[in-house]
Amino acid sequence: MQGNVLDITTENRHLNGVMRPALIICAVMAVIGFGGALFLANTTEHGIEYLLETYLVSFAFFLAISLGGLFFVLLQHCTRAGWSVVVRRVAEAVAANVWVMAALAVPVVYGIHHLYHWADAGAAAHDPLLAAKAGFLNPSFFIIRLVIYFLVWGVMASFLLRTSVAQDASGDPKLTLRMERLSAPGMILFALTINFAAFDILMSLDPHWFSTIFGVYYFSVSIVAFLAVMPKILYALQMRGVLPNAITVEHYHDFGKLLFGFNVFWAYIAFSQYMLIWYANIPEETEWFLKRQTGEWATVSLILIFGHFVLPFLLLVSRVIKRRPLLLAITGGYVAAMCWVDVYWLVIPEFSPGVARFGLLDVLCFLGMNGVFSAALVLRMRRHSVIAEKDPRLEESLAFENA
Amino acid sequence: MSNAAENAKLYGYLASFDLVDEFLAAAAKVRDAGYTRWDAHSPFVIHGLDAAMGVKKTVLPYIVFLAGLTGAAAGILLQWWTNAVDYPFLISGKPLFSLPANIPVAFETTILFAAVSALIGMLALNRLPQLYHPLFTNRSFKRVTDDRFFISIEAEDPLFDATKTRELLESISGRSIEEIEVHP
Repeated sequence: MQGNVLDITTENRHLNGVMRPALIICAVMAVIGFGGALFLANTTEHGIEYLLETYLVSFAFFLAISLGGLFFVLLQHCTRAGWSVVVRRVAEAVAANVWVMAALAVPVVYGIHHLYHWADAGAAAHDPLLAAKAGFLNPSFFIIRLVIYFLVWGVMASFLLRTSVAQDASGDPKLTLRMERLSAPGMILFALTINFAAFDILMSLDPHWFSTIFGVYYFSVSIVAFLAVMPKILYALQMRGVLPNAITVEHYHDFGKLLFGFNVFWAYIAFSQYMLIWYANIPEETEWFLKRQTGEWATVSLILIFGHFVLPFLLLVSRVIKRRPLLLAITGGYVAAMCWVDVYWLVIPEFSPGVARFGLLDVLCFLGMNGVFSAALVLRMRRHSVIAEKDPRLEESLAFENA
Repeated sequence: MSNAAENAKLYGYLASFDLVDEFLAAAAKVRDAGYTRWDAHSPFVIHGLDAAMGVKKTVLPYIVFLAGLTGAAAGILLQWWTNAVDYPFLISGKPLFSLPANIPVAFETTILFAAVSALIGMLALNRLPQLYHPLFTNRSFKRVTDDRFFISIEAEDPLFDATKTRELLESISGRSIEEIEVHP
């Protein structure tokens, strides 16, 4: 309705009261998850190798969520969006979590010789293709590139978060203009870095295979995963009395619409990659899909088609779920789980042809990383308000309605 | 206000408002009085007007969804009939009827059917295009594209009563109510 914009100073805008229980839950998850995973890995044959592989899955998944947050914030500034101001601070914090992902990248680098076939100096000696690619695919350049990616993402995310927090105190609208101006070149940097990071971290698992759309594929995973977890984060905050009135059904509705749209985008990109390779039918390209439609992986491929595309499409196409925060949070959690299965499907067939060996180790490793990621998010958000308090478009966002 | 011909029929009453808040409150009162054949006119989009008028949710999404499904089925059928049945044509060793190759065309026909039905459905549900409307005969109504808000109640509304409806509109607008006539 017109004329009765909420006064946000009446809202609870800090995590003070809810922080301790949240941190305890996160810590328990991290300890049980990583502790249990390490114990299980040490007591089973090939356990450490399996752990490294599933660790890469969860690492790429949580990195995707962070990068999705970074893209979202950049996009809001590029488009001068008004509706999203009340939820942007949470997205900024998710994006800044990319620093935690940088630390969590260490085990991937540690396991480089197991995870990446090209990292074996001996492999290149017998393989002319690997020898030709050795100038790019070698351990030291790989690590240098990872450092560059994380620096670019981290600096951008920190800049956006810090500038926004600085505005909480000063209310200076020039800061908004500054973020807008830098977000456009930031978007280009983001596109380049996520593209090459996807090539390095995931595509090079099979160093013989190549797909020019693969970077876009990983980008679609990242934005879908981010949009899928956001309603859940917001709902959890509101249930604990944070921003009870500032975030309305209208904001959830928009997340639902974006999630629906980008999930279709994911399917579009996935099919675009598949169809060209299927049509051309060149062995050096088709072998990647052959692995994923042989044995149990064929079932996982079908689960992705129906579980990741068809079902979420039907669930989110009407406004019924999009306008009910709890249902949207649950649906989002389901779509996020499907995104994880998608990353699993990208990684594990390279190590386990024919057998989709999903088990306790995968769950524990996911739990552990979820605990660390969530704890870092809570600790980050503790330091400031959970809403961009003096953003010039805050009123527009508070009064926002889907026409 | 009008010197209508003998055979002119009453179309309805027209009330005008200066402010958005008055206008929304008035719409809510007309809604609560139970009228069904009435409309609110404004120069721009007003958030909350749909709720104030008690406008029901449109059925358009269901029409579009069904049209989209029809489009997908039509696209698949078309390719099956043309390539696998009527004129079998082998392309790069693929099966005559194979789903991956058919998806792009099926996608396009889905979008085509859905988009066209959205446009035609929207026009049909709004009874557009409508080149003439009795309200256009009213002089003051021209300000609806500039700085006035209007509520009109049609004489065909089952609750319409020449005096009671006039009194209702006068009580909520505080101004004189205009009669709109239809000239057959």
